[in-house]
Amino acid sequence: MKSCDPLDELFEAARGGNRRALGKLLTMVEKRGETAAMVSERAHRDAGQARIVGVTGAPGTGKSTITGRLAAVSGASRPAILAIDPSSPLTGGAILGDRIRMDSHVDSGAFIRSMATRGHAGGLAVAVPDAVRVLDAAGCDPIIVETVGVGQVEVSIAAAADTTVVVVTPGWGDAVQANKAGLLEVADIFVVNKADRPDARGARRDLELMLDLGHRGGWRAPIVLTTATEGEGISDLWAEIESHTAHLHHSGELIRRRCRRRRDEVADRIELELSDRVHQIVNNESGEMALRRVDRNELSPAAAAELLLSTLDSDNHPES
Amino acid sequence: MDEPPVDTSLSSDAEFQAPIRVVLAKLGLDGHDRGLKVVARTLRDAGMEVIYLGLRQTTESIVAACEQEDADVIGLSMHNAGHLTLAPRMVQAVDQAGLRVPVVIGGIVPADDVPTLIDSGVAAVIGPGASAEDVVSAVRGAVERQISPR
Ligand SMILES: Nc1nc2c(ncn2[C@@H]2O[C@H](COP(=O)(O)OP(=O)(O)OP(=O)(O)O)[C@@H](O)[C@H]2O)c(=O)[nH]1
Ligand SMILES: [Mg+2]
Repeated sequence: MKSCDPLDELFEAARGGNRRALGKLLTMVEKRGETAAMVSERAHRDAGQARIVGVTGAPGTGKSTITGRLAAVSGASRPAILAIDPSSPLTGGAILGDRIRMDSHVDSGAFIRSMATRGHAGGLAVAVPDAVRVLDAAGCDPIIVETVGVGQVEVSIAAAADTTVVVVTPGWGDAVQANKAGLLEVADIFVVNKADRPDARGARRDLELMLDLGHRGGWRAPIVLTTATEGEGISDLWAEIESHTAHLHHSGELIRRRCRRRRDEVADRIELELSDRVHQIVNNESGEMALRRVDRNELSPAAAAELLLSTLDSDNHPES
Repeated sequence: MDEPPVDTSLSSDAEFQAPIRVVLAKLGLDGHDRGLKVVARTLRDAGMEVIYLGLRQTTESIVAACEQEDADVIGLSMHNAGHLTLAPRMVQAVDQAGLRVPVVIGGIVPADDVPTLIDSGVAAVIGPGASAEDVVSAVRGAVERQISPR
């Protein structure tokens, strides 16, 4: 036992369906640092099998209710859900309340993990693909990622799926909001949820009109009406997800999307690393000295930035 | 009795201290969750990640959530007289699953019952008059004692 790599053992257990092992791996990859890098690298070896579905939309539109039901109707043996909610920028704490809606109507048997955004946006752009990779390597499929579609980062995370589902509710307000947040461009499938409310058909008509204007060939996003609390329309939604998956395969778009996703992640990782380094050089001794000179107005902000940047550069080229 | 080879060498990146993750729930058929929501906000404001399960949970559903969420601590709210049976049952379920997650009880628990609950393995009891700081330090204390007992 001792000679075995503990990481391999954890992955082995997670693949075999041990939820605790999978839970631990997700914690490890979420923390960042050396352990996270090892887990991520190890997961990368086995990932790439799962279908990734993003579900996004304005707050309270019914994303969690839909997601829990979707996992149930998928008929998959090991569905997983990653539910992302914002951390409080002030305290770093978070209330992660998505599970309550996912479990309350059906027992999907899904592995559900709640994730807080934890600090700055760049971290999320790396943490989410890492968590998805771990779930994928553990044999989960499909993997459904729920994010609130408010910020650019949240939307782009949902958009970094194979299939992106955008949820709106009846009433013009939401469609306009969705438009503003850039949600309409990323949608592969639209859901008008809360179809039990008046004017769901009107909302569908509005969306159709918008699609008529913006449609660019290839795939036209279908619109599905659902009443998630009752489970109505959810199997239709799953059927649309499956036909989008088929479309991705036939058209070669799946490969293109996944390539783009990996390329974007490379840039996101560099960005995160660099922003960590910026934080370091501003907060170390010479950084603090430079900042004090800026305080006394002996040094312009631009000159201070240049000065500190040069220390960043020398980190990059230790020989020079 | 040992859990799978986790933690020890691997999960200690001291430079990235992760927030405490607490699963918050109410066992049994109690009516409302106002108190629980207040506690959720209190813990969030103290920098914790609160996985909110809400009402009508079972020991099984709480254990399942703890595994998937890799929770550090369970917070249970009790507002009926069931705490003397329900709380030990929760502790037992956690033990049987092989989890090492402390259970903190809050709600209306008579002071006389506290020693019994502690004896049965409950990590801390938060009384009805507890302040926000009391709640936070009870939860944080339970986690710290779990990591390094005594
Ligand atoms: N009338 C009606 N209410 C619904 C429907 N679907 C969800 N809801 C309710 O809408 C509220 C929000 O549902 P959630 O599933 O939590 O929505 P969400 O988009 O995940 O919310 P956030 O994660 O907080 O952004 C809950 O009270 C649901 O019960 C529906 O089809 N009809
Ligand atoms: Mg939600």
